[in-house]
Amino acid sequence: MEMEHQANEKIKVAIIGSGNIGSDLMYKLLKQPGHMELVLLTGIDPASEGLARARALGIQVSYEGIQTVLDAPDIKLVFDATSARAHLRHAPALRSAGKIAIDLTPAALGPYVVPPANLREHLDEANVNMVTCGGQATAPLVYAISRVTPLLYAEMVSTVASLSAGPGTRQNIDEFTETTARALEVIGGAKRGKAIIILNPADPPIMMRNTVYAIPQGEFDEAAVRASVEQMVAEVQTYVPGYRLKNPLVIEMRDTPWGRQPILTMLLEVEGAGDYLPRHAGNLDIMTASARRVGELFARKLLEGRQEAAA
Amino acid sequence: MKAPRVTDTSLRDGSHPMRHQFSVAQVRAVAQALDEAGIPVIEVTHGDGLAGSSLQYGFSATSEMELISAAKEVCRQAKIAVLLIPGIGTVKELKEAMERGAQVVRIATQCTEADVSEEHFEFAKKLGMEAVGFLMMAHMRPPEVLTQQARIMESSGADCVYIVDSAGAMLPRDAYERVKALKEALAIQVGFHAHNNLGLAVGNTLAALEAGADQIDGCLRGLGAGAGNAPTELLAAVLDKMGLNPGLDVYKLMDAAEYVIAPMMPYQPIPTRDAITIGYAGVYSTFLLHAQRAGERYGIDPRTILTELGRRQAVAGQEDWILDVALELARGAAQHTAH
Repeated sequence: MEMEHQANEKIKVAIIGSGNIGSDLMYKLLKQPGHMELVLLTGIDPASEGLARARALGIQVSYEGIQTVLDAPDIKLVFDATSARAHLRHAPALRSAGKIAIDLTPAALGPYVVPPANLREHLDEANVNMVTCGGQATAPLVYAISRVTPLLYAEMVSTVASLSAGPGTRQNIDEFTETTARALEVIGGAKRGKAIIILNPADPPIMMRNTVYAIPQGEFDEAAVRASVEQMVAEVQTYVPGYRLKNPLVIEMRDTPWGRQPILTMLLEVEGAGDYLPRHAGNLDIMTASARRVGELFARKLLEGRQEAAA
Repeated sequence: MKAPRVTDTSLRDGSHPMRHQFSVAQVRAVAQALDEAGIPVIEVTHGDGLAGSSLQYGFSATSEMELISAAKEVCRQAKIAVLLIPGIGTVKELKEAMERGAQVVRIATQCTEADVSEEHFEFAKKLGMEAVGFLMMAHMRPPEVLTQQARIMESSGADCVYIVDSAGAMLPRDAYERVKALKEALAIQVGFHAHNNLGLAVGNTLAALEAGADQIDGCLRGLGAGAGNAPTELLAAVLDKMGLNPGLDVYKLMDAAEYVIAPMMPYQPIPTRDAITIGYAGVYSTFLLHAQRAGERYGIDPRTILTELGRRQAVAGQEDWILDVALELARGAAQHTAH
């Protein structure tokens, strides 16, 4: 059982990166702080709108990037919402300063964390990675099936509105497909994973859509698979309310490299909470919501450690 | 007008009607016939580009890498091209394709999303490959938007940018205006890729040539997605009559179409009612077989599915929306019956 702590017991946290992801995460931490207290948001551009917004909300800001974070010994938990390249520099600095890093970039130095699948496995790590938005959306569904029946193959197709794909995604689209495919294997439990991303410029913008295909190995219990998927959707909804299957799981026979096999297809839609980013940006929302949840568990664990030390 | 460079994409766009089942023997036969007929560039890849083999688009029967090697082996003068759609394939597969002999890469994005291709152009140029940009579904945006997007590809290192009528939805005027705008804005070459859904593949290609297109595409017997592409043997005959033959052997291409590719085709792509609907509704030509399959399974006219996809502004590669739309239409029909 998770221990609840006094509301006044909080872990001080910082966000590095004042772009879309950093800003949306800031609103989430203010709206639902749990056992975290956001004390600092840093960027590198003094003219950043994100920094101005944070300042207006009474959060301390800095445009000296990571340095201000390193200089604050009371900050124990740091969300890095910059870029993979920047995180490669940030990670060792944060580690030697004794701070836990929750990495929202595709750098993937630490183990992947997808809350409903493996969150509790990595609470001893000093650096964890949030995979990709598509990974946060689809790995739980693949995991939900593979915990019931082994999977030969899983594939995800993520379609996001052009407006919600920032420069980070656009300049590193290969990293998205490679990291997400790997997460379907490592987290999802499929023997082989594949990921495809499509940007759709429709006006008005579309909601984030994901299609997940899975090929089970041998016979499987259809009722158990359906129940596991339903349970998983409900669990993700506890932290991403706009997460829903558009249709019940579809099963059809298809020719595959493994012969004629039943294909399980799930059509998923993710509507954002609209905290800062618009509701169509479900891809970014699931990233920040998952990061907040991971942060909350780390914060509780740190507080438990303090209590034990005090006892 | 000048004689254009003709790229044959029977072994890439033709992969769609072949349901990605091309064999090594078939690829060797087609590539050899094209090479002997003087075709300078032959595209060989899964229909959806490198790493397109998937549940979303259909698994390849034979690895595209083996097919690239097979085509390379039999070509004496033609260069091998591959298609790369960022978001599906990555630079990793591009490198392997290059090592197997591909010298040209055609990098395709939805016509509003060119900036996802910057790393791929830079990588291709580093590998020493010729890099051609593909602005897909170009009927969806006006010439000025396409010009901005083409400039992104040009500044990333593209040697040529194509206007791609993936939906076969353009009229000759649309093709002309788009190619013309790129010709005026870019210092590099401009190309045009047609689909025949409205019966205009050859006509639109001629309009593109009139606007100054430097490169055009064809497939033997028009073997490509939807109602197919401009037939290479037809383009050769027409170009020859116009005095613009870039060195193609018209009779050898006719023979290649008749005796090499026609016997392996599962059907002759033509503007059937479903293919016409694709051009009419402006949706991706590869949706054809997927929409027909979903229509059959759920008892819905494929044209209804295709029209709804057009209304939702589906773009290149969104085959998964077909199931989504079919399920919704089937549910709507069931509710209607229940009342």
